[in-house]
Amino acid sequence: MDLNYGAEYEEFRQDVQAFCKEYQGVSFKSESTDNQMHDALSGSSTTEKTAKEVTRSEWQKILIEKGFIARAIPKEYGGYGGETDIIKSRIIATEFSKAKIPGGMGGQGIDMLVPTLLEWGSEEQKQKYIRPTLHGEMIWCQGYSEPNAGSDLASLQTKGELIDGNWVINGQKIWTSTAQYSQMMFCLVRTEPEAPKHSGISFILIPMDTPGIEIRPLVDMTLKAGFNEVFFDDVTVPEENIVAKRGEGWSVANSVLGHERGSLADPNATMNRLNTLINMMKEQTIDGRRLIDIPSYRDRLMQVQGKVMASQAHSLRLLSSKINPGQNVKLGGMIQKLVGTELRHELEGLAIDVLGEIGTLYEDSPYLKEDGSFQFTYMYFLGLIIGGGTNQIQKNIISERGLGMPKEPKITEAS
Amino acid sequence: MFFGLSEEQEQFQDYVKKFLTDNVTVDEIRKIANGEDQALQQEVYSGLINLGINALLVPEEHGGLGADLLSAVAVAQGLGSGVGPIPFAGAYVMAPIALNLAGSEEQQKKYLPEIVSNQTKFGVGLSEYVAAREDAGIDLANGKANGKALFVIDGDQADYFLLANKGGVMFLVDANDKGLEKIKLTSVDKTRSYLELTLKNVAAEVLPNSENDPELAKKVLDAGRIIFAADSLGASETMIEKAVSYAKERKQFNRVIGSFQAVKHMCAEMASDLEPCYAMLWQAAHSFDHAPDEARLQACQAKSHISEVAKMISKKATEVHGGMGFTDLLGLHYWFKRIGLNRQLLGGPELIREEAAEIQGFNQ
Repeated sequence: MDLNYGAEYEEFRQDVQAFCKEYQGVSFKSESTDNQMHDALSGSSTTEKTAKEVTRSEWQKILIEKGFIARAIPKEYGGYGGETDIIKSRIIATEFSKAKIPGGMGGQGIDMLVPTLLEWGSEEQKQKYIRPTLHGEMIWCQGYSEPNAGSDLASLQTKGELIDGNWVINGQKIWTSTAQYSQMMFCLVRTEPEAPKHSGISFILIPMDTPGIEIRPLVDMTLKAGFNEVFFDDVTVPEENIVAKRGEGWSVANSVLGHERGSLADPNATMNRLNTLINMMKEQTIDGRRLIDIPSYRDRLMQVQGKVMASQAHSLRLLSSKINPGQNVKLGGMIQKLVGTELRHELEGLAIDVLGEIGTLYEDSPYLKEDGSFQFTYMYFLGLIIGGGTNQIQKNIISERGLGMPKEPKITEAS
Repeated sequence: MFFGLSEEQEQFQDYVKKFLTDNVTVDEIRKIANGEDQALQQEVYSGLINLGINALLVPEEHGGLGADLLSAVAVAQGLGSGVGPIPFAGAYVMAPIALNLAGSEEQQKKYLPEIVSNQTKFGVGLSEYVAAREDAGIDLANGKANGKALFVIDGDQADYFLLANKGGVMFLVDANDKGLEKIKLTSVDKTRSYLELTLKNVAAEVLPNSENDPELAKKVLDAGRIIFAADSLGASETMIEKAVSYAKERKQFNRVIGSFQAVKHMCAEMASDLEPCYAMLWQAAHSFDHAPDEARLQACQAKSHISEVAKMISKKATEVHGGMGFTDLLGLHYWFKRIGLNRQLLGGPELIREEAAEIQGFNQ
């Protein structure tokens, strides 16, 4: 056991700390009303507003220039052009989280599409799409799920036909987050109807202003973060908008799905939310008694703290396994989505319980605590428990790939 | 940066595991547990002592290996995984640590080398220091100890007992003292011994540094708690392995039961709740020696959290085995009971969480 990163990294940590000090209290020019909730999800605080205001896009460029994000993405595509360094990424995440400085943008484009294009895209596609995506100027949505293709995603039916050098797309997608703000969609489309289901799918890039696309909002239970349904009626895009070859779409999509699952439950954000909860329990009272002085509440708090500490230690072990080849973490990575989302849901739910009736307040109500973020995040994480491969699907994956248990036998003919 | 057990620690753990798998089958555990084969028990005990598990925490200057608590954790995981029917947490972890931290130079010179040679064995009774039940407890005055100590561990063959009064003053008593009476307690877990001691004017040899530093007894407690957590983690690991392999063999409705999602999901839940416990445990053990500021909280949380996870696993893994899990024939219950005892020793989860809250100044 050696928890030191070494002198080089301690120097780097000091650089990051200096940066955090310089930008202490930075906030975003209000381009979007979702900022507040975005901050609650990432565990950073919006309460300390200062004069330092930047746009999201300006912030992206500052972070890329420093090498704090897009670190290993080549300069020619708009990245920093350095080497992947997991320890540095960890230090950046930890220090930003401590200083409550917003990190780089996430979202489907940066987290999913950019790594996909780097692995599978043509040179033209990399040149055209990566830079504006990294700069937050090109927002992407993901067109995967369909009404009849959820957990069984590969049974998707949205159809693409190559006609006169164009893909003509018809069908419907669902659960499409941010479709209404997006310039582009990366979409799984069935282009080879005769092929077996996994090898008949292609990965196609679709500008969202193409005629024939209709977006209908699908409001979720938080009434804030919206999904959409997206309908395609003879939507026509050029042949070159396909990524990789025809029929390779399933492999393309799978190469980055693992990344999404891991990013759903950041242990730093969970620790920040725990601290917010602890502070709230020291301030709020029942009959003049602090919430934290009520033994049953305190015991539940300590139980959640135990789980958060376990998951923090676990993330250190995972980090170690990435920089020490040969260190076996067995199931280590596979459990992250399941454990992380359930823990966060439990933590936010505890905050609601200790607040009692106050915990049910929402939106702009008087007596609202922490901008209503406990209620919002409690519901939002229920969404994450279901989304990104439901936690039941995660259990299938863990038992089959992690524990070597057999798959459910196929039913020969479904009724 | 490396987070985990070192190669050496893993190897030591493998030796312990291999020794137990090779020498202590469920039938043999049953014989030992029923007290039917004391020669066998002695053989197992000597075999593990030959691996050096007693010398781990004794400093090199006293002939020991001078290892840190993480090494003892690696061993304890191995003992838990094979329900090793021998003394460990008290005799070879808490006793040497107490002597090291609180003993006089003379006491260290006298006792530590004898732990290495295993000529002197220590039982440990700190239950009353944590939470006294049945009005037990020991008063210490003028070098004499009076009272009652319950739930003393590793005391079966002990030559001395390490005890403490409510103020955390630790002391040794001779097992042969005329004022000392040993009464056997029968717990569900028959792989380890459990004693009651009554003391009437028993000569007490105080570990002097503990007289003015109550933190030392807490430190000894932390070590014991971490070791019991490690034991439960090892036992849980084995229970999952047994459940998974049983589910891959047992057939019902013309399928192995491990192909049913109801069974698979129980196994996935066990595995994913246990997985982060490794890191939590190792971090707590590492902090014990190298990060004192965080050590107490981590020790408390590791003991309480891992006890909760292990309890859940002991139940689900038994359920996966169906009716067989409930039988003595299969012997799964030895792991179930081991986890059950570890959970309560040196404080159950609720008590320890309250202590964790206190450490952070939460309950004023």
